[in-house]
Amino acid sequence: MAKSKSAYSTPTKLGKIDTHIIVVWVDNEASVLSRVVGLFSGRGYNIESLAVAEVDQRNNLSRITIVTTGTPQVIEQIVLQLKKLVPVHKVGNFKRDDKKVIFKEMALLKIAANPGKIKKALNTCKKYNPVILDQTNKSAVIQITALRREIDSVIKNLKPFGLVSASRTGAVAMTRGAEIFN
Amino acid sequence: MPKLFSGAEIVFKCLEDQKVEHIFGYPGGAVLPIYDELKNHPSIKHILVRHEQGAGHAAEGYARSTGKPGVVLVTSGPGATNVVTALTDAYMDSVPLVCISGQVPTHLIGTDAFQECDTTGITRPCTKHNWLVKDINDLPRIMHEAFKVATTGRPGPVLVDIPKDIQFAKAKYFKPKKEKKLNGKTPNRFNQKEVDQLVDLMKKASKPVFYTGGGVINSGPKASELLRELVALTGFPITSTLQGLGAYPGDDNQFLGMLGMHGTYEANNAMHDCDLLINIGARFDDRITGKIDEFSPKSKKVHIDIDPSSINKIVKVDLAIVGDVSEVIKSTTKTLKKKNLNLEKSNKHKISKWWQQIQKWRTKKSLNFINSEKIIKPQHAVQRLYELTKNQDTYITTEVGQHQMWAAQHYKFNKPNRWMTSGGLGTMGYGLPAAIGVQVAHPKKLVVDIAGEASILMTMQEISTAVQYNLPIKIFILNNQYMGMVRQWQELLHEKNYSESYSEALPDFVKLAEAYGCVGIRAEHPDELDEKIEEMINTDRPVIFDCHVDQAENCYPMIPSGKPHNQMLLGPKDQEENKITGKGKSLV
Repeated sequence: MAKSKSAYSTPTKLGKIDTHIIVVWVDNEASVLSRVVGLFSGRGYNIESLAVAEVDQRNNLSRITIVTTGTPQVIEQIVLQLKKLVPVHKVGNFKRDDKKVIFKEMALLKIAANPGKIKKALNTCKKYNPVILDQTNKSAVIQITALRREIDSVIKNLKPFGLVSASRTGAVAMTRGAEIFN
Repeated sequence: MPKLFSGAEIVFKCLEDQKVEHIFGYPGGAVLPIYDELKNHPSIKHILVRHEQGAGHAAEGYARSTGKPGVVLVTSGPGATNVVTALTDAYMDSVPLVCISGQVPTHLIGTDAFQECDTTGITRPCTKHNWLVKDINDLPRIMHEAFKVATTGRPGPVLVDIPKDIQFAKAKYFKPKKEKKLNGKTPNRFNQKEVDQLVDLMKKASKPVFYTGGGVINSGPKASELLRELVALTGFPITSTLQGLGAYPGDDNQFLGMLGMHGTYEANNAMHDCDLLINIGARFDDRITGKIDEFSPKSKKVHIDIDPSSINKIVKVDLAIVGDVSEVIKSTTKTLKKKNLNLEKSNKHKISKWWQQIQKWRTKKSLNFINSEKIIKPQHAVQRLYELTKNQDTYITTEVGQHQMWAAQHYKFNKPNRWMTSGGLGTMGYGLPAAIGVQVAHPKKLVVDIAGEASILMTMQEISTAVQYNLPIKIFILNNQYMGMVRQWQELLHEKNYSESYSEALPDFVKLAEAYGCVGIRAEHPDELDEKIEEMINTDRPVIFDCHVDQAENCYPMIPSGKPHNQMLLGPKDQEENKITGKGKSLV
């Protein structure tokens, strides 16, 4: 680091950075998303992906799923800071390699090509629950659900088969087995 | 059918039910219905400021000196943006504020209407929570919730943005409910096991130190009493952050003085060498810890805080106790008494060597300065002010800079809520409006703003407020014609390149005082200082005291640059031997 005359201390060594999935249950009210997102941007935390929708109409609850990276200390802070927000009910925190949790992202992929290539494209996707949502003799829209890196690689592999547009969601998460997160 | 009230009436009914006696504010188009309603509520007194920032800081001074939430009322657009600095200041220093802002009518929101701004958007990062009231039926609930959020847990500012049409609209009013916890946010989450662990650590420690902060003040006067009892019971030394001053008597022998960048030699060395550090209601601020890697390397660390997110944020601790400081201290004292009645005596023996070491550090007399007979030294001025005011219950506010540190070092506080200073945000211009708020809350008490001439000019206009309401605040300006702290850093770190830190043109503060309709006093020579200070104290009107001090004086001791607590820079003599070099510069 260049010699600085800053009034503040120099950063200490960074710890190991992990990817975590943070699940936040919030009151579904105006500006709640900007409170959550603003907390991340304001404190310099990272957001890799974000998924949010109302999950309980009666109690007016939304579930926000955020994929983030940080040192263990930063992840701990994220959880504690989120818990302080008034509309936040509870916060779940899972490591991405946690075997007890399922993570899924969805992608809609538009292929513009001849039927032969579309078939090959479909074949490329076959491991990821492909569903054809729309098909003409010149195009197809395929829906897949998979992990982030799998979708990344599918998209790469589909390029030669006429992929013209990809639309993706952020990850959503659910624990395995009968237990629910409290 | 129940009676319907207008939004403006509901605002005041809420304020009455929340036992609000004073609000600080400034009218404007979008809050006129609320101002119109003011006349019908004689129990609530409005203090008209000269700038909304002043309203915010006045409310902070009010809140800090009383423990009650401060209430601010401003208009939309510039009214709201002007109060942002004060909200941020309150957020950083955990001061309970409820700010009510007017907003353009609902149907104009988002159209760039006259005096419209995205108030809730702008204030979201500097409030604990904020609300835009879009439905009149939500107003009573939101108002009560606002007070609840501001005052519970770790206190802080909140803002309620009320569009003008909502102020006119009518709805039923509800009294505050004995409500359930807000989304499970409970303040006390500690258990007896944790307290037992703490007591165990205390028993084993041979070099313990208490490090206490603003959390003790925020926990109420009872917390300070309990703290005094705990400290007496254990015989441990205690040091305090800037915000915690007054929680423990400043002139007590167990008190080591303030710690941190401009803390005492004994306090900082005790922090560095201790084997048990008990943090009560402080947050390991970067002005306290210095270099994190070398912060208190040999100690077990305990952190008692009401805010779970303060734990392990900066310094990893061995034992965390999340709860209200009063409650935790109470349990600790109880457990101490129950478990080991002799702890006081056995401890005294055990830690006597530690006290001997502390006495050695004390002999350095790190707050000493070379006094002068020709020119007023700023430290001397603060010391004289202390000596001449210590016999009455005095409230001190400050601006930000050297004078603030000298005030913290040389003014000894014996009670909580007597010291109001902007620590976290470091807001120049805080002290004058804060003094107004303090004086409003304590009309008979002596309120002094220890100020610098640069800071005071940032909110100078509020002296007009003091005159209007006959608030006899004393503005004690340590005038060195420099932004002193900036000048000091430039001297130490930037080769004495005093870039833009000298004020070429300053007003004649005595004439300025007269122009505002208050009293101006000037002191230029040490001989006249006491007499002039007496004159100031005995004047029952607002006073601006222009104290001309040594322009070249620096604030010592200080932890320089890349150095841990045990390598402090002492006064001018010591400096010759320990020049700050290369890498260290970044840390001042």
